[in-house]
Amino acid sequence: MASVAVDARNQAARRQRTLRQITTHTILIIGAIVAMFPFLWMVLTSLKTFQEYATQQFFPASPQWVNYATALTMAPFGRYLANTVFISVTTTALVLFTSCLAAYAFARMTFFGREVIFVIFLTTLMIPFEITMIPNFLTIRDLDWIDRYPALIFPFGASVFAIFLLRQFFAQIPSDYYDAAVLDGASHLRFLAAIVLPLSQPALVSVALFTFLGSWNSLLWPLIVTNSPEMRPIQVGLYTFINEASTNTHLLMAASVIAVAPILVLYFFAQKQFIEGISGSGLKG
Amino acid sequence: MQNIELQGARPQVRTTPQRMAGRRRYWRETMLAYLFLAPAAILLFVFSIRPLFYAFYMSLNTWSLRRGPVDFIGLANYQRLFQDDKFWSSLLVTFYYALFTIPVTLGIGLLVAYLLFQGVRGLSVYRTLYFLPFITSLVAASTVWATLFNPQSGFINKTLNALGLPAQKWLQEPNGVFQLAANNFGVRLPEWAAGPSLALVTIMIFVIWQRLGYDVVIYLAGLSNIPKELYEAARIDGADGWQLFRHITVPLLSPTIFFLIVISTIGALQAFTQIITMNQAAAQTKGGPLDTTMTTTIYLFRVFYGEAGPPNYSYATAIAFVLFLIILGLTLLQRWGSSRWVHYS
Repeated sequence: MASVAVDARNQAARRQRTLRQITTHTILIIGAIVAMFPFLWMVLTSLKTFQEYATQQFFPASPQWVNYATALTMAPFGRYLANTVFISVTTTALVLFTSCLAAYAFARMTFFGREVIFVIFLTTLMIPFEITMIPNFLTIRDLDWIDRYPALIFPFGASVFAIFLLRQFFAQIPSDYYDAAVLDGASHLRFLAAIVLPLSQPALVSVALFTFLGSWNSLLWPLIVTNSPEMRPIQVGLYTFINEASTNTHLLMAASVIAVAPILVLYFFAQKQFIEGISGSGLKG
Repeated sequence: MQNIELQGARPQVRTTPQRMAGRRRYWRETMLAYLFLAPAAILLFVFSIRPLFYAFYMSLNTWSLRRGPVDFIGLANYQRLFQDDKFWSSLLVTFYYALFTIPVTLGIGLLVAYLLFQGVRGLSVYRTLYFLPFITSLVAASTVWATLFNPQSGFINKTLNALGLPAQKWLQEPNGVFQLAANNFGVRLPEWAAGPSLALVTIMIFVIWQRLGYDVVIYLAGLSNIPKELYEAARIDGADGWQLFRHITVPLLSPTIFFLIVISTIGALQAFTQIITMNQAAAQTKGGPLDTTMTTTIYLFRVFYGEAGPPNYSYATAIAFVLFLIILGLTLLQRWGSSRWVHYS
């Protein structure tokens, strides 16, 4: 008899748990649909004929891959993409180079003025883009870099955020490693290259991913310092294409797919690094 | 000598030759460190530190596009700002934007993160999906949303029609949302109570969609730092779900919430890309219908570009400085207020 009562109670508890699970999943699935719907809509629209879009047919009768070809003839998206890849990769490499060296100095070296210099570096995090934008535009103009690649790369070549993140990481490497390396006659640079960098891969990957992402997605600065279509990165290209495509929404959506697809592929392969990188970014303090 | 090497480079009290050697090493390491810092330091100086001071200098002079500074005018630009209606209305738009998007995103984000954290199956799939909008380019995502909200051919109006609800002008609607709601009852609200324009609210809806995943991921990281034992202990004491949430989750999550508020405020006060892109896609000017979506950053951009009168670099830098001071002030205020409600363990 007692066991029947326990069974009944267990069953009720289980039923309640199942009910809660269902409610939770329902809410989460609705959220996921809202999060995903614009992507679905973008891809579907990019495959419709103008007629199908205008009559608001939800699915295209047959996918119009030709829209992508048409978009590519209306604006040089290939060139935009190549520009963006070049700019993003170079910026990322430059940020990794400058940040690794600086972070190493702050983490592992003893030198005159270390604390003061570090505070100055950190203070620059406070300076908003709006303030530096106009003087930087003048600097770029004086260097005769308007409409040239360096204008899109060098202003973002140093990241205090990356330096800060890497410094935290480098500082955690046991100093025994350094002592041993010195006994073997290694210099700081050797130690950095042979020991510190390989041990810091997760931090380096997250710095690289977010620098790349930021560079790929930026609009305001490239809008200011590029004039000719040949120099536009993809975001500026897409932004100007909004006018060029006019009411041809199906072509505009094809162009949007072109602009986001590389990042979506990258995200697909490195989602863990993206999410862990973000999770670890701001929560130390 | 070996000994000193192992102790690191800080000079130590020793016999004179050793001390000299130590000091030499210290300065040698200092030179090397400066060499390591140089690439980053030069770029930061050229593109961050110098521009900060230069911008202030620019704001104190009239500026010629070709020849640079013309006349020293002191704080005249800042005085002009106080009488500039467009600047004040841009600040109002910016505050509407921040006051709506931040709490809503933080609230929904907390709900989603809390649900996900209850040991839901498929957590990582949900997290991946929710985070996707955040990594997507703002230009592309804004373009897509602007077409969803297209008054003639957009999905949203079509859905509203199917549900028997009235279609809206969305990004082309300059009227305030409270006024639009009051129209249903034939009430005319005073101008100050009309609220943000529907065009601005449309952009805000987009932003909530775009930012939510970021907040969820940060919340999840914060939640995973809360010790499980606390929940178990409280449950043994007979606390129910809401009490656990109210008395354990929220206080222990408060540093995370605080971090998100600070980061979101800074982001909201600098909103730019989504606004010009959505307005471009809705065939509106950069400030939206009747400038009702013109945030301070957009206004700054237009002054710089000469879309609101001739290009005025020095006035634009003055706007940037005031915006910076507002951001700084708000951040300090939040820090000061945080001592009342943020618990650091």
